[in-house]
Amino acid sequence: MYHAIKDELGEEVEYVWHDATSLEGFDAILLPGGFSYGDYLRTGAIARFSNVMKEVVKAAKAGKPVLGVCNGFQILLEVGLLPGAMRRNESLKFICKPVELRVENNETMYTNAYQHGETIQIPVAHGEGNYYCDDETLNRLKENKQIVFTYTNNPNGSLEDIAGIMNEQGNVLGMMPHPERAVDELLGGADGVKLFQSIVKQWRDSHVVKA
Amino acid sequence: MYKVKVYVTLRESVLDPQGTAVVHSLHSLNYQAVSDVRIGKYMELTVEKSDRDVEEVVKELCEKILANTVIEDYRYEIEECVAQ
Repeated sequence: MYHAIKDELGEEVEYVWHDATSLEGFDAILLPGGFSYGDYLRTGAIARFSNVMKEVVKAAKAGKPVLGVCNGFQILLEVGLLPGAMRRNESLKFICKPVELRVENNETMYTNAYQHGETIQIPVAHGEGNYYCDDETLNRLKENKQIVFTYTNNPNGSLEDIAGIMNEQGNVLGMMPHPERAVDELLGGADGVKLFQSIVKQWRDSHVVKA
Repeated sequence: MYKVKVYVTLRESVLDPQGTAVVHSLHSLNYQAVSDVRIGKYMELTVEKSDRDVEEVVKELCEKILANTVIEDYRYEIEECVAQ
């Protein structure tokens, strides 16, 4: 994630430790994948109580972009910034491969550089990406166009092929696939770059006054 | 102090892929009488006596962290015991 921003995007980026008490000065927060606390208990369940998460919630409420990828998505679900929960993959297997996603909503700060309905190749790497929410929540997600990415060929059994959702305000996005692993042809594809470019573009459009 | 047993399982409405796999294997072993398996977690907590009501504390920590109530149900048993 760090290198995607630094080397591919050429933007400033810094790691923040989990017990940091401030996120002052950052324009966007990116929660990467991994296995925080070994996924003991449940994915993201323990990390959601780490110190820095209070600040992440604060940043999200203030409207800053907060992107959670994979374990980052699971943490956003546990902390309640996004609705729903993750179950184990239907196959019970850890899945690690490139998958095809459809951009369901390109009018977001994360997807404005994509076309609506465009299909892109992004890798997944998870054992628990089987998204679930109740019917009421699902209807709300659909009504507000909060479903941002779907799988064209569902790898994990997730509800309605959901691969990524955002909050109602549109500044918090969680997705299981890893866009940061698809930022250079050397990595097998660069379809993820536009996601990060979208965030930067949105920020410039709304913060930089044109001379 | 108290010995607390906490059981966490996926809610009835949520498909349990592990349970489904086990049901299939039981059927293939000719245990057709088994119609459903739910796999969950079992946790044992030792809780010291405090000013707060133990049941209130257990309920709170189940809701807060031990179970994700979006997909999981929990139940608990509390047993008072004497420290050895």
